[in-house]
Amino acid sequence: MDKDIYILGIETSCDETAASVIKNGHEIISNVVASQIQSQQRFGGVVPEIASRHHVEQITLVIEEALAAAKLEPEDLDAVAVTEGPGLVGALLIGINAAKAFAFANGLPIIGVHHIAGHIYANQLMQPMEFPLLALIVSGGHTELVMMEKHGSFKLIGETRDDAAGEAYDKVARVLGLPYPGGPAIDKLALESDEAIEFPRAWLEADSYDFSFSGLKSAVINYKHNLEQKDGSIVPAHVAAGFQQSVIEVLTAKTLRAAKEFNVKQVIAAGGVAANKGLRASLDVVFEKEGIPFYVPPISLCTDNAAMIGAAGTAMFIDGKRGNMEMNGRPGMQLVSWIE
Amino acid sequence: MIWLGIDTANTPLSVAIVKDGAILAEVNSSMAVNHSLRAMPVIEELFETVQLKPKDIDAIAVSEGPGSYTGVRIGVTIAKTLAWTLKKPLVGVSSLKVLAANALHFSGLICPLVDARRNHVYAGVYEYVDGNLVAIHEDRHLGIEELLDSLVPLGRSILFVGKDVGMHEALIMDKLNGNAVIAPFPMQLPRASSLIFIAQQSEHEENTHAFTPEYRRIAEAEANWLMQQRKEKGSGSKN
Ligand SMILES: [Zn+2]
Repeated sequence: MDKDIYILGIETSCDETAASVIKNGHEIISNVVASQIQSQQRFGGVVPEIASRHHVEQITLVIEEALAAAKLEPEDLDAVAVTEGPGLVGALLIGINAAKAFAFANGLPIIGVHHIAGHIYANQLMQPMEFPLLALIVSGGHTELVMMEKHGSFKLIGETRDDAAGEAYDKVARVLGLPYPGGPAIDKLALESDEAIEFPRAWLEADSYDFSFSGLKSAVINYKHNLEQKDGSIVPAHVAAGFQQSVIEVLTAKTLRAAKEFNVKQVIAAGGVAANKGLRASLDVVFEKEGIPFYVPPISLCTDNAAMIGAAGTAMFIDGKRGNMEMNGRPGMQLVSWIE
Repeated sequence: MIWLGIDTANTPLSVAIVKDGAILAEVNSSMAVNHSLRAMPVIEELFETVQLKPKDIDAIAVSEGPGSYTGVRIGVTIAKTLAWTLKKPLVGVSSLKVLAANALHFSGLICPLVDARRNHVYAGVYEYVDGNLVAIHEDRHLGIEELLDSLVPLGRSILFVGKDVGMHEALIMDKLNGNAVIAPFPMQLPRASSLIFIAQQSEHEENTHAFTPEYRRIAEAEANWLMQQRKEKGSGSKN
């Protein structure tokens, strides 16, 4: 590389207002996240209107902090990368319009990044990606298996047919009277539990890489209901452990089967639920046994952040991808390859 | 002194560049087109039209609401990002005051009004006094009937301004009969040049980062949460 590439990443697709400066697509120069979790906890989930209000309050502060921490001026940047979708439309619009105004004011190109491409490219910040690569994306909004033959090429091979894994965690946590977000609370309880209730596994068709979690969620609700009708009460830790085992077993088995079928050189996990200790341990064990390198970024890069958007944005920048001032938020944006 | 003015608070979009008290260019439209899609391209075109660069402007004025939550946020986000990164002062002006400014020199009261659905409106009451637009009633979100009932006792002639006035014209005429005047269509849309005109007479924001929309209404989830809190507190104290 002749000249270093500095990209400002911006992410506002859900309830984190984030900005980051990435050097050459793999080096984090700064990474700032303003979380709204304390505000959203009151409502037991993310309220879109509240999220948007917080983003407006934070957006310029977060960008300024990212530049200051990087000790860079806008003219030192090569481009601005921003999450274009999917996500909450009102939340996306704040990041996109701030990115457009910033790019316009400073004469910089703008690049629209798919949020999931960002989650996958978070791994590029830890170690170089090797292809073919299989990515398991698990978060509050996503449960997907994506194959990559090379940079910028994505093939969705499996996805959830109903709830996302993280969504199931949040709903089950509510049933168990645990706080929002449900993932960390259930993970912790499950790890401490010495017993696990047996819940069903949703394997779907034998050759399918799709997922389904709504049946599992209903099984948990029914289990609680049945016990309560007999004047019994559940042991939350046992339920948490059983639920978590069912989720992990299916995620692990399908990821392993896909990794073998496609003969991949690397498996990566991404998204907020990838921070789950139980899931990480399970994937570690099977891929170690299989001799396939498996990576999960640290928690700060699993949950929503702008460093991942800067990393994916840099790969797009190198491939000549550019957006313009007509960029709009795309809440239902599909993950498509930017390279044929 | 060169000003950029942006109003995306409601369906209409208005952007203007004013230099030393003269309009260089202004774009007004009232189409149901997403402001996120249109606002920045229009701003970009406007700078090309007047052959200026973003860094050439000296100040930015923006309509701060009330209005469509998303619309207000788009204008405010663009304006505060430009002001911060270009290191220029930012002035926020009520979207209703911008509408009222269409009626400068009108000798009665001015009621700018924007429909907020379910028989509610955002409305203010202004008066042009000694060359200044003064708020008689602060901007509010309220029922249209409640608004009109609050205007009757003032016993003065009132000019209703805004493109949504027509939706409520029958009720306005019924309640205020002789005192109501409906502004004609050239006065219906907010104009960014008027926004700049008002901004020039206003203080700029001390902290651009802290600048946020004037929603004039708390979010529904927040209202429900507060009500719940009050209920819980109420039942708690009885125990
Ligand atoms: Zn995410």
